[in-house]
Amino acid sequence: MNFETIIGLEVHVELKTESKIFSSSPNAFGDKPNSNINPIDLAYPGVLPVLNEEAVNYAMKAALALNCDIAANTKFDRKNYFYPDNPKAYQISQFDQPIGENGWIEIEVNGEKKRIGITRLHMEEDAGKLTHQDDGHSLVDFNRQGTPLIEIVSEPDIRTPEEAYAYLEKLKNIIQYTGVSDCKMEEGSLRCDANLSIRPIGQEEFGVKTELKNLNSFSFVQKGLEFEEKRQEQELLSGGEILQETRRYDEKTKETILMRVKEGSDDYRYFPEPDLVPLYIDDEWKERIRAEIPELPDARKQRYINEMELPEYDAAVLTSSKEMSDFFEVAVHHGADIKQASNWLMGDVLAYMNKHYMELNELALTPEALATMIKLIEDGTISSKIAKKVFAELVENGGDPEKIVKEKGLVQISDEGQLTEIITKVLDENEQSIIDYQNGKDRAIKYLVGQVMKATKGQANPPMVNKILQQEIDKR
Amino acid sequence: MADISKDEVKHVANLARLAISEEEADMFTKQLSSIIEYAEQLNELDTEHVEPTTHVLDLKNVMRKDEPKEWISKDEALRNAPDKQEGYFRVPSIME
Repeated sequence: MNFETIIGLEVHVELKTESKIFSSSPNAFGDKPNSNINPIDLAYPGVLPVLNEEAVNYAMKAALALNCDIAANTKFDRKNYFYPDNPKAYQISQFDQPIGENGWIEIEVNGEKKRIGITRLHMEEDAGKLTHQDDGHSLVDFNRQGTPLIEIVSEPDIRTPEEAYAYLEKLKNIIQYTGVSDCKMEEGSLRCDANLSIRPIGQEEFGVKTELKNLNSFSFVQKGLEFEEKRQEQELLSGGEILQETRRYDEKTKETILMRVKEGSDDYRYFPEPDLVPLYIDDEWKERIRAEIPELPDARKQRYINEMELPEYDAAVLTSSKEMSDFFEVAVHHGADIKQASNWLMGDVLAYMNKHYMELNELALTPEALATMIKLIEDGTISSKIAKKVFAELVENGGDPEKIVKEKGLVQISDEGQLTEIITKVLDENEQSIIDYQNGKDRAIKYLVGQVMKATKGQANPPMVNKILQQEIDKR
Repeated sequence: MADISKDEVKHVANLARLAISEEEADMFTKQLSSIIEYAEQLNELDTEHVEPTTHVLDLKNVMRKDEPKEWISKDEALRNAPDKQEGYFRVPSIME
């Protein structure tokens, strides 16, 4: 029997407003525990939440960037549950009137483009953070309590774990471009739950789905789903049944492990939040936010292809993160050759980032410095070989390329007289190579070029070395 | 007819973390049934052309500017905590 896989993803994204969604406590990551809280966050009796206008603007911006319809009439609801991460015993969320619905994004897997629907995008508040100790107690930090969140629920359109990965990358990229969140999974500002079910091909109704939690990176989402897909298939083929359960992905064993079996649907007893009045979004407000959305990755990629004449692959790599794309644009704005800037970013810069597990903004290299360095190559001040040395210095310690070139004496030797002198000396010392070359051994000339480079510490202008070397050999 | 079962009463009590006795469960079953029955009189009204009301106040879009403010200190925040440790609230573990 052959099966078809159905995947749905729920993504939570923290919005980076200055203050929390329903209180004026600072919204910041990494501060001392319980330093950014007030009586509203702690649910003291008599306090009232007041909605942060910017949180609505940010949620709307994300929803519009994800092609959602914006609800004219929207409101907040209480989702009731008892857990020590939330002192109110309910989370303020949106139930039946989410701010955004019916959105979509386009993904590309193995050259195939596909549209993945977004069922809804709603606003809610984040909960506090629990640290479980082994003494039968947990420690609670409420700094995160009240951080504005959006929850983005996909339609069951995703068919493979690879598509799930592509969806997450695209979603993250679009949201980062809008600037409403930094989407850092390692800091929890983007979190993902995945659910998966399988059904025999041709069957209309969905199979029983299992939910995966504890997915700490996009590649773990993919790996967890791959494992779960196989596990369900084997279970069904051996006559077993799939239970509606929550499983977690174990990064060490690369398996999904049962956390709990869900007993019926959760009874959250949603009802309209009486402490907050309804929200009405008119066209004027909606269009004002729409106008603030910057160029999104797909549009930027097309512009790189059409206007900058970059290959599609290069355009895709450069726009795959806002940071990379912005870096590239600033470098080009500062006069760097487009193709050169693209090559350096996709080559040496990415290689350095991957080798050292660093983000672009953690490098000492600035786009302005990269642009200056590229100009130094173009005007012949330094050779591309020497540029590697300058780059190494820039990426580690930063600074001004022109200064580095001067201070380290890296200026390219393009003086014909000076080069002829060095080459004559090299030829005098390597008579055998001249004979070899004259006997048809082409390799000999490469050796001689190498000797000239060695004598000039790599600073000789390579095309000139080739030319003069040829001339001098011909004279002999 | 508003019929609420004893099991539903126990379920709702459990969701609200209320410990109730068998006798109380019987009593609440009767009381809740009659309350719901009373409220069901509203169903007799024709509301077909009435917009649903989600809030009793005729207000919309009450919002504040996104400006962070210090209100209480960390020590004040923790002052009423029954149990604390190194700046954290300390609670009994709840294992899922």
